[in-house]
Amino acid sequence: MFSNEKPIYMQLSTFLAMDIVSGKYKAGAKIPSVRELSSIFKVNPNTVLKALSELENLNLIYTERTNGKFVTKDKKVIDNYLKKLAFEKTKIYLNDMNKLGFNKNEIKDLIERCE
Amino acid sequence: MLLECKNVCKSYGKKEVLKNINLKLPKGKIVGLLGKNGSGKTTLIKVINELLSLDKGSILVDGKMVGVESKKLISYLPERNYLNVHKKVKDIIDYFSDFYEDFDKDKVYKLLDDLNIKADDKLSVMSKGMREKMQLALVMSRRAKLYILDEPMGGVDPATRDYILDTILNNFDDGSTILMSTHLISDIERVLDEVIFIDDGKITRCENADKLRSETGKSIDEVFREDFKC
Repeated sequence: MFSNEKPIYMQLSTFLAMDIVSGKYKAGAKIPSVRELSSIFKVNPNTVLKALSELENLNLIYTERTNGKFVTKDKKVIDNYLKKLAFEKTKIYLNDMNKLGFNKNEIKDLIERCE
Repeated sequence: MLLECKNVCKSYGKKEVLKNINLKLPKGKIVGLLGKNGSGKTTLIKVINELLSLDKGSILVDGKMVGVESKKLISYLPERNYLNVHKKVKDIIDYFSDFYEDFDKDKVYKLLDDLNIKADDKLSVMSKGMREKMQLALVMSRRAKLYILDEPMGGVDPATRDYILDTILNNFDDGSTILMSTHLISDIERVLDEVIFIDDGKITRCENADKLRSETGKSIDEVFREDFKC
């Protein structure tokens, strides 16, 4: 599930962030424990800790002492992150399409025809 | 530091196998000892377990010189299967339980149950892969501070490799460290915290796995292939 070329903790934190913005883990919901995540994703518990601390830095999750980690209750933070992700993905797509020699109008046309 | 090797040298006759090895491993890490065949991996593991004596240097395990006390702290999976094939599973478990103070019988029975191995099964009727899994279950059922696994996945199929990795991960707790040697790097690299590259008896790299990935943009397997191109 992970590629070996990139730091595993970054891939895991992106994966969990996607789960949060897509609503798999809802605002205020509890995140599985480090051990559970390590077992689900078959990675080292230290890697899970590092991935979670990335999410904590983004304010997407917070720690409740002795209780575990929870998704932020602030929907705005989640929304902003979703927008940021959407923007990044679009940029990558546009870049690839430019390399293939398409301009903006041709891309728009293609998107409509795909629908 | 859980394990400290200082200026460790070992020769077989005139052949120098370990050339001034310096190494420190902290608690709570999964460490890969990676090297080509004949690079000195197994020799290093054997001197840490005091199965071979040092020519020069010193090794400390949790602050203690290697010896009887350090053996209590280390659970070791050798390259070869050493279990008596004429015995039954329960006899071997009793033997381990008598031998090691920190051996957890309930745990090993649980692990073997998952594998569908019964207490009355004889080792002689088990396949090679089954015996390897059984041996790993025994080793992981000790509450040791340091687990040293020498080629835990040598000669088993990919599905069994996944089982072995899962067993290692599920039985690893914060206080202990796992040092495992392998040349099947791509299979295990996702679970490693730290990697040690050993070549011709010398340590050529000792770093954090994710750091190495982000610095090189490559997998550990690729870095290894480049470092040790024949």
